[in-house]
Amino acid sequence: MATANLATHGATDHDHDHEHHDNFITKYIFSTDHKMIGKQFLVTGIFWALIGGFLSILFRLQLGFPDMDLTFLKPLLGGWIDDAGKLDPNFYLALVTMHGTIMVFFVLTAGLSGTFSNFLIPLQIGARDMASGFMNMLSYWFFFVSGVIMFISLFLENGPAGGGWVVYPPLSALEQAIPGSGMGMTLWLIAMTFFIASSLLGGINYITTVINLRTKGMSFSRLPLTIWAFFLTAVIGLLSFPVLFAAALLLVFDRSFGTSFYLSDIYISGEGALPNTGGSPVLYQHLFWFLGHPEVYIVLLPALGITSEVIATNSRKPIFGYKAMIISMLGITILSFVVWAHHMFVSGMNPFLGSIFMFLTLIIAIPSAVKVFNYLTTLWRGNLIFTPAMLFSIGLVSFFISGGLTGIFLGNSAIDIQLHDTYFVVAHFHLVMGSASFFGLMAGVYHWFPKMFGRMMDARLGYIHFWLTFVGVYLVFFPMHYIGIAGFPRRYYSWTNFEFSNMYTDLNMFVSAAAIITFAAQFIFLFNFFYSMYRGRKASLNPWRSTTLEWTTPLFPGHGNWPGEIPAVYRWPYDYSKPGAKEDFIMQTVPLSATPESNLPHEQELVKLEKEIIAEEEEVLVANESKES
Amino acid sequence: MEEKFAYIEGAEQPISMHPKKFALWLFMVTVVMIFAALTSAYIVRQSEGNWLEFTLPDIFYYTSGIVILSSIFLHWAYVSAKKDELVQVRLGMSIAVILGILFLIGQWYSWVALVDKDVYFVGNPAGSFLYVFTGLHALHLISGVIFLIIVLISSFRYKVHSQSMTPMEMCVTYWHFLGGLWLYLFMFLQLNH
Repeated sequence: MATANLATHGATDHDHDHEHHDNFITKYIFSTDHKMIGKQFLVTGIFWALIGGFLSILFRLQLGFPDMDLTFLKPLLGGWIDDAGKLDPNFYLALVTMHGTIMVFFVLTAGLSGTFSNFLIPLQIGARDMASGFMNMLSYWFFFVSGVIMFISLFLENGPAGGGWVVYPPLSALEQAIPGSGMGMTLWLIAMTFFIASSLLGGINYITTVINLRTKGMSFSRLPLTIWAFFLTAVIGLLSFPVLFAAALLLVFDRSFGTSFYLSDIYISGEGALPNTGGSPVLYQHLFWFLGHPEVYIVLLPALGITSEVIATNSRKPIFGYKAMIISMLGITILSFVVWAHHMFVSGMNPFLGSIFMFLTLIIAIPSAVKVFNYLTTLWRGNLIFTPAMLFSIGLVSFFISGGLTGIFLGNSAIDIQLHDTYFVVAHFHLVMGSASFFGLMAGVYHWFPKMFGRMMDARLGYIHFWLTFVGVYLVFFPMHYIGIAGFPRRYYSWTNFEFSNMYTDLNMFVSAAAIITFAAQFIFLFNFFYSMYRGRKASLNPWRSTTLEWTTPLFPGHGNWPGEIPAVYRWPYDYSKPGAKEDFIMQTVPLSATPESNLPHEQELVKLEKEIIAEEEEVLVANESKES
Repeated sequence: MEEKFAYIEGAEQPISMHPKKFALWLFMVTVVMIFAALTSAYIVRQSEGNWLEFTLPDIFYYTSGIVILSSIFLHWAYVSAKKDELVQVRLGMSIAVILGILFLIGQWYSWVALVDKDVYFVGNPAGSFLYVFTGLHALHLISGVIFLIIVLISSFRYKVHSQSMTPMEMCVTYWHFLGGLWLYLFMFLQLNH
């Protein structure tokens, strides 16, 4: 389905691409151009976001309206709706599992990192393409195969994987345990193997490109914060995904070959003891969360990077604390690897170990707070321009604060005993990780749509989309905190069976209604996205009056990005509203010697060096030319 | 003058490494992470008790020797390639490939030896881990042998010489890495047994 969309949406830039003549297949399907691969990731990500969102609506119907007759869904869900019109409880488990897997990996990892790392890294650092276009193409197609396998698993007779997105053994390791641990689980593991391969291929490429292929003058201290974020995200992925692979490999052996890495002394209803002996289920949790926690930052950091860029551009101010932003991202990167056991406070782990992990977890609040502070101070007294991208970025900051605060509660091992695996956790991570990253993704799409498709998205529809989504997200997730504090566990099929949670029926109905409205609002975006691709207003070369390199390319950059030489870079990417400057932004490609009116004293020093270097280069050029002739 | 130099350095490309070589290093980082995860899982699991004790097959000493020898021959081929002595390049690489295949056969016989000791893949994790370590390492080594053969073929086509060393350098790096990885695993198993 995704390819069918891809097949059409680059059609507009066809006649601008004179440089080389690709046929249909090499241009839109097996493309090695980073821009096309980025778009492929984006469209596939949107496809998966719709499926993942739709699954959540299905289980919200069950939670909010437990007495509802769901017979009208029978044409779609078939046997999963029983004769009384009720959702099958096993399928409910599969729904939450697939919703989590799809959203975390397919939408917010591949759809976010895959899209923007691919699209923006070469454009913003001044490179012709990724270090290896072929590996980049492989990365997309591994992701695509992974998606196909996961999609097929949705239609199995026993349903897709049902053990939660974390697939803890022994539940996920034994076919007898639940229907969702059968074939669905096998396909889940195969799909994830392809996904890991895809992420690693992508990540290796991103890191290599950022380190090796920057244009002249683009030192690390002149990189836009987006690139810093993508770079660090790729580093995190490179170090953590192999560990998930190791965890999954051992799980495959336990499931299919009868080993006992995670299994020991298990009795299943009516059967005698299983032969497995000596395994440790906590071992899986350690391995899984060693990926699982960094994964949170794999999802979040690109969104934070995009936000930095969008907020600085639309505040017409340099980003506040550029170095502090980089250092805090570095801090988050390092800390993300030493906090994984805060997901396991109640796993029976040594409580002393728990207090160490609690301490390390709470330290993450510092770099996070630095970032929030810098966003707010960048906004402070800026000449704010409320484009849809800007609104989504501010929305991200809001979710990052409100969701981050509850993280401080959950990070305390004592409070976590009460809150663990309740709706409080669901509310926390949907705000701080899910919604914040989703808003980063949206900000990125609205902001770079003109560069992707040469046209503008409709701003008015963007505003409607933003407000419905922003208010909707809070209406969905804020009430969940109360349900969670009351102690209601996540992943339960029904509320009505327990006295203490009976009183939350109305609140749940409210949450479900808000979720449906929020989901429906996404179709406004979908219409805007595809309509603007063909009929949107033609974009100008630099519609947001931004300073970074991607806006120096032609409206429809060919494969190679710049028709002539790659421009050199002479300054950092945040020269907005510089005192004395003619305009309120100076592109990175403008030499300091061209702007004597706005240079600071130390920059004036650099002008001399700049002139000498330019003179030397010209000498070399002249020498070369005389040799040739 | 010094200040100027610093400025140019900051502005020029900071790393002169070939991008593909760099990507290979990153790939090796991912392999390191896989084995770091597995060996630390081994330690965590071992500390929980109920651990089968058995002696490692002696054949591991021979395979370790083979892997070191193959690295030495490959290095000889590499040095010869720098000097454009193509006959020695082909000879050294061929020997390295043969030794690599011998190593794989040796690892297979280590499994036979384990089965003779009643240590099976299915059973106590102490044994299962051993099979996973050796098996996963062998898989990577097969990829290394294929890489070696590809470069060997291109050396017969006169494509490996002092002016074109990148593929050769990459396969040498990868091969030394895989040999080192095996030595690490062997030492790890000796120490945590």
